[in-house]
Amino acid sequence: METLEVRGVSVSFDGRKVLEDVSVTLRKGELVCLLGVSGGGKTTLFNVISGLLQPDAGQVLLDEEDITGKPGHISYMLQKDLLLPYRTIEDNVALPLLLRGVKKREARKQASALFEEFGLGGTEKLWPSQLSGGMRQRAALLRTYLFSQDVALLDEPFSALDTLTKSAIHRWYLDVMERIHLSTLFITHDMDEAVLLSDRIYLLTGQPGRITSEIVVEEPRPRRQDFNLSPEFLQYKRRIQEQLQNP
Amino acid sequence: MRSKLPAVVAVAVLLVLWQLASVSGLIPAYLLPSPVKVFQALYNDRALLAEHALVTLQEALYGLVLGVAIGFFFAVLMDAFEVLYRAVYPILILSQTIPTVAIAPLLVLWFGYEMLPKVILIILVTFFPVTVGLLDGFRSVDRDAVGLLRSMGAGRVRIFRYLKCPSAMPQFFSGLRIAAAYSVVGAVISEWLGGFAGLGVYMTRVKSAFAFDKMFAVIFLISAVSLALMAAVSLLERKCMPYRYLKDRKEDPK
Repeated sequence: METLEVRGVSVSFDGRKVLEDVSVTLRKGELVCLLGVSGGGKTTLFNVISGLLQPDAGQVLLDEEDITGKPGHISYMLQKDLLLPYRTIEDNVALPLLLRGVKKREARKQASALFEEFGLGGTEKLWPSQLSGGMRQRAALLRTYLFSQDVALLDEPFSALDTLTKSAIHRWYLDVMERIHLSTLFITHDMDEAVLLSDRIYLLTGQPGRITSEIVVEEPRPRRQDFNLSPEFLQYKRRIQEQLQNP
Repeated sequence: MRSKLPAVVAVAVLLVLWQLASVSGLIPAYLLPSPVKVFQALYNDRALLAEHALVTLQEALYGLVLGVAIGFFFAVLMDAFEVLYRAVYPILILSQTIPTVAIAPLLVLWFGYEMLPKVILIILVTFFPVTVGLLDGFRSVDRDAVGLLRSMGAGRVRIFRYLKCPSAMPQFFSGLRIAAAYSVVGAVISEWLGGFAGLGVYMTRVKSAFAFDKMFAVIFLISAVSLALMAAVSLLERKCMPYRYLKDRKEDPK
């Protein structure tokens, strides 16, 4: 069943088309990736999905409800963690609840109940500047999750992290996603990351950006440890590369 | 403490040099009294000085509190309405080019010799750094963070409360520190130009008596009061923003 459906979205800025007729679906529990070059309109699409930007044409449906141009339904997480430096981790994470009108004490309680699950135990009273990049991303993810339990939009969430931290957080993310039944739509320009994590990959290419193909990664979950070294992995990468070169 | 050592030594050296210059007769005592004489004057007149200092401090605090409140009010309005920003900002700048010494006598003419004209003058000099600091802070807010809060359904009021206002605190405190220093100086100037009590009044009296040691004593005292007020602001800053004074900060990954 589709959780999120983007139907025929087109966007232009000052008469220049940025996105043309983009349709994307996300099913329950799926991890779907939008892969494309930087500046190809990926972030614009996310702004449309989160309701911050009204598209010229098309619709965004969340559980069949039309949320086009209406913020407050789906939040997102960026490469920048955007944790507010003047709030403790606990209060940062609880922010979406406060914005929704939940009382402070109750919001803290709901937030701290999930700290262990997200590997953040013991950081409740710390300030963002006291956490490492990887931990901050976890906190940012927990904040996104507390906002909407169904869909997570991630815009190059891990690209600022170093390789080792990145692969650790990949494994952690897949694991946590499984446990909390999260559906994820994420943007990346990193082919390895896309193949490693995704159930399906949409290629967004060209000017204006269009979905030129959809690649299904058949590899079952949980993925084996050495999937990224297997011939199948390379096969997927080759297919993507060919598609990107001759769309 | 170690970081303050060079400054303490420098001040001590200056005082010693000054003392030597006076004692050796290099500078005549009637032109520049020695620091020891100044401290003696400070001690001898302590009761009177304390009385006047209390008046000055009271004016400075009233003016500062009102100035900050008005500054905050202006900043919020100007941030909320772009038209207001364009209309009022040049006037604010203009208001700061008017010399304080020129309007202080006018204020005395209009409002008398009591506390009111002094407080008004202090408001005029203190609201500006606060407004400018806050406006800068509001405007420097991360646009991605605004987008994030909007995506979570926050409207303008909540974005202000949870994001803009706390983000502007560092700039606000920079402005407040300047305002605190201005407030004492402003109080003294306006007392100087007309009043019955306060360090400025004391100053005019000892000046007409050519009591230079007392003159310097009161200057020292004014500096001390300003410094104390600024220290109080710093203390408040640390209380309000503990996250900026952590020992185990990690590098900000940006």
